[in-house]
Amino acid sequence: MSYIGSSVKRVEDKRFITGQGRYTDDIVLPQMTYACMVRSPHAHAEIVSVDISHAEKMDGVVKIFTGKDTDAAGIGGVPCGWQVDFKNGDTMKEPPHPLLVSDKARHAGDAVAMVIAETYAQAKDAAEMVMVEYNVLPAVTNAKAARADGAPQVHADVPNNLAFDWELGNPRAEVDAAIAGAHHVTTLEFINQRVICNAIEPRSAIGHFDTAYDKYTLYTSTQNPHLIRLLLCAFVLGLPEHKVRVVGPDVGGGFGSKIFHYTEEALVIWGSNQIKRPIKWTAERRESFMTDAAGRDHITTAKMAFDKDGNVLALTADTFANMGAYLSTFAPAVPTYLHGTLLQGLYTTPLINVSVDAVFTNTTAVDAYRGAGRPEATYLLERLMDTAALEMGRDPAELRLQNFIEPFDGVEQEGYMTQVALQYDSGNYAPVLKRGLEMVGYEQFRADQKAAEGSGKLLGIGFSTYIEACGIAPSAVVGALGARAGLFESAQVQVHPTGKVSVYSGSHSHGQGHETTFAQVVADKMGVPIEDVEIIHGDSDAVAFGMGTYGSRSLAVGGSAIVKSIEKVLEKGAKIAAHLLEASVDDLDYAEGKWTVRGTDKSVAFGDVSLTAYVPHNYPEGLEPGLDFSSFYDPANFTYPFGCHICIVEIDKETGAVKIKRFIAVDDVGNVINPMIVDGQIHGGLAQGIGQAFCEGAIYDESGQLINGTYMDYVMPRADDLPSFEVDRTVTPCPHNPLGVKGAGEAGCIGSTPAVVNAVMDALKGYGIHDVEMPITSQKVWNIIHRS
Amino acid sequence: MVPSKFAYHKPTTIKDAIALLTAHGDDSKILSGGHSLVPVLKLRLNDPEHLIDVSGIESMGGIRDNEKSITIGANCTHSEIANNAALKEHAPMIALAASMIGDIQVRNFGTIGGSIAHADPAADWPAVLLAADANVIITSVDGNRTVDVDQFFKGLFMTAVGEEEIITAVSIPKTAFNKNSTYVKFPQPASRFALVGCAAAVANSDGYVTEARVAFSGVSATPFRDGNVEKSLKGNVLNEGSIATATASVADGVSVMSDHFAAENYRKHMAGVYARKALSALS
Repeated sequence: MSYIGSSVKRVEDKRFITGQGRYTDDIVLPQMTYACMVRSPHAHAEIVSVDISHAEKMDGVVKIFTGKDTDAAGIGGVPCGWQVDFKNGDTMKEPPHPLLVSDKARHAGDAVAMVIAETYAQAKDAAEMVMVEYNVLPAVTNAKAARADGAPQVHADVPNNLAFDWELGNPRAEVDAAIAGAHHVTTLEFINQRVICNAIEPRSAIGHFDTAYDKYTLYTSTQNPHLIRLLLCAFVLGLPEHKVRVVGPDVGGGFGSKIFHYTEEALVIWGSNQIKRPIKWTAERRESFMTDAAGRDHITTAKMAFDKDGNVLALTADTFANMGAYLSTFAPAVPTYLHGTLLQGLYTTPLINVSVDAVFTNTTAVDAYRGAGRPEATYLLERLMDTAALEMGRDPAELRLQNFIEPFDGVEQEGYMTQVALQYDSGNYAPVLKRGLEMVGYEQFRADQKAAEGSGKLLGIGFSTYIEACGIAPSAVVGALGARAGLFESAQVQVHPTGKVSVYSGSHSHGQGHETTFAQVVADKMGVPIEDVEIIHGDSDAVAFGMGTYGSRSLAVGGSAIVKSIEKVLEKGAKIAAHLLEASVDDLDYAEGKWTVRGTDKSVAFGDVSLTAYVPHNYPEGLEPGLDFSSFYDPANFTYPFGCHICIVEIDKETGAVKIKRFIAVDDVGNVINPMIVDGQIHGGLAQGIGQAFCEGAIYDESGQLINGTYMDYVMPRADDLPSFEVDRTVTPCPHNPLGVKGAGEAGCIGSTPAVVNAVMDALKGYGIHDVEMPITSQKVWNIIHRS
Repeated sequence: MVPSKFAYHKPTTIKDAIALLTAHGDDSKILSGGHSLVPVLKLRLNDPEHLIDVSGIESMGGIRDNEKSITIGANCTHSEIANNAALKEHAPMIALAASMIGDIQVRNFGTIGGSIAHADPAADWPAVLLAADANVIITSVDGNRTVDVDQFFKGLFMTAVGEEEIITAVSIPKTAFNKNSTYVKFPQPASRFALVGCAAAVANSDGYVTEARVAFSGVSATPFRDGNVEKSLKGNVLNEGSIATATASVADGVSVMSDHFAAENYRKHMAGVYARKALSALS
């Protein structure tokens, strides 16, 4: 029996496909009320007055809270969970993020009041009657513009809107000197545009204060129930943690946007105690566009220097990172420790310096979005690498191979120490690129490309060889880097008397298939049928503790915690089995669900041992009854998946339309538990990464309005925009976790974006351009072709 | 996204619908498939007090194959139209355009009457109805009147329909040009409405063009036929050369729309490209 490595069908899909998933908005509690937020239509405006006198008399209205009420209650707002210090050592600027603003709105969508009514329609009608007088101020949405003297000030006490500046790597002067003396320097200035997460399920939260038990329950569409509870209790509302239960039921996609603690979660919890009734708030799609933390939004200048043979000598990267109006939960980590630390890439670059200005603007907060910092780092490096190859007349594949770090397994050979604070765990980079070249038929493609010259079509190929830091993260390391939380994981393996197994995991599945993958691990390691295993997650009253799911961490960290608990179960089980078999523990083997006395046919089944554990009549002396263990697992290092993505595009010269003809992805995510689920994660990530390259991107107007804030205008990638993906894998196990896994959730999204842009640039190489700004629309390409 | 409060009426006859319309005037809106109106209501861009749902009026449904024309009831869904054999035979561009609207769910609910009443300039119907020389049948207390489609679309979201009138049908003439017709679209990538939609219908005699009708959605705030293209083709053999000549300056003198997907110059260029695509398909 081996479940590990086989494509077991996802057990959760039955309820999802048949419409029986249970999401937060599906939950209806007795006496429940409904909240609608009054949101600022202006990106930047002083609040002169808020008049609720008409609204509160409307049908069904239960209560209206404004910023004055939350101020009066002494609620400071939602905190930031990661501290980054200025280059000079000062602590980052961390202005409060109020639940309801009373002084001024700092982005379009900032909540001014919460209207609570018997029905949502009544709350919405009344919200329209809350009269807010605004004094509209000039707004700034671009991070570079926000740094300029005279730019609108988002927070009065943050000069020039600088939340913090930061640098990492070798001394700048040393790196600059190497660049100055180099044979060739490739320079790129580019924008990694803001994208909106667009989880299919909008955020939703229900706050319920139970007066009988003085206990709060928050149901919320989150990736991270326990962390929400911790932040809510310890930082926002000062509630006793044992009196707060947070439940993240089925969650319809997160992509990062549901990691963070949002104001609405605290508002419904606080409000439910004020009115002594449950309050439900569910975002409308327009609110999702306006208030879900967004991703990317970097403006970067980067330089890569080479010697005459094409060896990389040095790299600098200077980035303006848009933080939005407030610091979201993990926002400071994204452009810094999840971005700057990845600028070694797969290359032996001896000198690297990265510098970041993190900037407040009148926009929705920016935080982790699938890949979080690592896609930005990959985009930077891989755009530079293909551009350098074009400029130097080198083949982009060969240039990469020449600069790759040599193979190391992290066991016989030490992990690779980068110039930017990380030690890679294990890596063997050339095979992913070579396999990609083989799959694409590289020589044939170059011939086809040449043959197409002079026709109405342009062909292009783009490469991206990426690395990511996943399995987030060793607590002590991230603590030293500013994290205000640990990033371990917990798991409880509870064996029932009948031998069935319940596993309580602190990871939180919101599409990843944990209920299947984790069950495969448990079934294999314990030798029980997969049907006998249930994975339970997402409820702080059921699961002892958890750090949630993001950063491709669930299997590497959460799965490892499960393995630790299984080991404890089997160790105790062996003692019971030895007693029942009248043998020594050392003489027992465990396989296929039974303990056998080595060299005999004497055995006892797992179910008999578990029953004995709970009916301990004939039992080892001094051993506690029960078969139930918890573990906490704190990883020794990040994990470092890597891979090679290759894109082939065809451009129609007459229309500028770009068609992706092929997309090849060879990823190395370490050992694979369920190949189908890994492929699914890769496919989804590719669609998302290609979406950024081709269609997605928030567009703000001068006044700070998001002008493509509906699906009529914001372009999401669709199946018919994409080719059938060609995926393959190499396997370089992680040396430091028991499963040898590295994580697969973000790889597709990290590697793919630059491959697409590089392919377009390759196709347009005759047109004398250095960059094409994402999203690459037909119009932009046509303009390039027709300007020249 | 919930609309404001409204009263809902579901008349079963055109007469009753008009009576409701007369009674409530400005405060009412006609609802058919809801795929233009409901989004507007949910975004609260309009908040009528009365919705008059005409989807239950049988006489506004169905497609009738007459001797000289095909009558499409205003309540016909895009799907019904896309799958209608008579339309596929006599006016293929009508069925084709219907099949290119939205997705399956939209086509199963949205109706031709509702779509043209909304008069989104980027919708697919205006171009094909203009090219087809369609008639729109509009009903009021005074009975039916027939409006030539050339007089129907008046501007951005504006039509010839009066306040107390209902679109009850669209009539497509069985002509030689409709028999030889097609529709092509450069879709806006988010909404998949037309950034440029071009319908072309060409009648030939002895290999020469006797009548050409070429119309555009999405290009201008008012959908239009391009008289220069049509004139240029007449009397010529429809081939690469005559098409290139005719489409050299499509949408000349027309006020071309501009947005972040397609600025004026690009849209105008694409109108030419799509006119060539449409006409080439008929050559």
